[in-house]
Amino acid sequence: MTIKVITPDAPVFEGEVNQVKFPGSKGGFEVLKDHAPLISTLGKGTLELDTLSEGTKRYQIDGGVVEVLHNNISVLVETVISAG
Amino acid sequence: MPSLKEVRNRINSVKSTQQITKAMKMVSAAKLRKAQDAIIKMRPYAQLLNKIIQNLSASNTDGEVRSVYTEEREPNRVLIIAITSDRGLCGAFNSNIIKTSVNLAQEKYAPQFAAGNVSFLTIGNKGYDSIRKRGLKIIGTYATLFHNLNFQSVKEAGEYILNAFANKELDRVEIIFNEFKNVATQIIRVQQFLPIVQDTTQTQTVSSTNNDYILEPSQAEIIQELIPKSLKIQLYRAILESNASEHGARMTAMDKATENADSLVKDLTLVYNRTRQAAITKEILEIVGGAEALKGE
Repeated sequence: MTIKVITPDAPVFEGEVNQVKFPGSKGGFEVLKDHAPLISTLGKGTLELDTLSEGTKRYQIDGGVVEVLHNNISVLVETVISAG
Repeated sequence: MPSLKEVRNRINSVKSTQQITKAMKMVSAAKLRKAQDAIIKMRPYAQLLNKIIQNLSASNTDGEVRSVYTEEREPNRVLIIAITSDRGLCGAFNSNIIKTSVNLAQEKYAPQFAAGNVSFLTIGNKGYDSIRKRGLKIIGTYATLFHNLNFQSVKEAGEYILNAFANKELDRVEIIFNEFKNVATQIIRVQQFLPIVQDTTQTQTVSSTNNDYILEPSQAEIIQELIPKSLKIQLYRAILESNASEHGARMTAMDKATENADSLVKDLTLVYNRTRQAAITKEILEIVGGAEALKGE
């Protein structure tokens, strides 16, 4: 499934992932392939992507929103505090 | 007629000014490209955010989004956000914005203005300077925003305004900015920022792509969180547009100045040559006259 992580300043990450861990505003959750359509707000925490090409990527975010639809994940974050 | 040396000095000074305007034009061109890039980079975020909001409100029963920011109140206290630039030398760019914002305050919001309830928030030094000089009420200014223009700094300004509106310190917020059309053209836009004007035609055309979303935590809460985000993006877009327009306006202004310097140099060179020729002719006449006088003896 494909994921797009974007901020208003620039796209942060775009590519294929196996699984994603989100810091949901009501607790963390994971999204795997063929997840049902979902819209959720995100809280402060770590966004963890298990990418196909670049291994595990982690981003510290301070909230945002995610939409999951037909194996397309869009993550909108206002600011990425740190990446690693 | 001016002396040869005077004309030569003037030509040199015009030429060096021309060099400066030429350099400024090129700097602006580079900055304009960067500013346009920023607009393009911001677009996917704004589009996705709108799509999510539309998807959400499509599944809403009455299709309308309600929040504190849509609450229509008697516009007693009005805030006008005037987006100008930090630097001058960009034609009528800043004065247009200032003129429009002062007109808006004095005409559309005349009663509130008379009661002293119209305040200004200026973004950019130029706007701050001239609005303060007119003795109008300024509640805030963000002057160094353009040094390092990113969403983080705009977010702060946006949150300040949103809080003031939610706490009922403001009833109406308008934004005035230059929209970038092309390098030579800027369009002045006056937009009502708060309360949100609901675009009902737009929400209806969106086919309700009923995807049966799982909503976390709940639809109402998500909407409450997304609306301020979308408003901040709207403000950010206005500032980015204004930034691109500023560089476009400066580019055009500097291009005109360079052209003008060119024609000045041309005119001055003509004067210079004419003066020089006059001096030569005078000298020859003197010599010839002298020789004639000697012949007669």
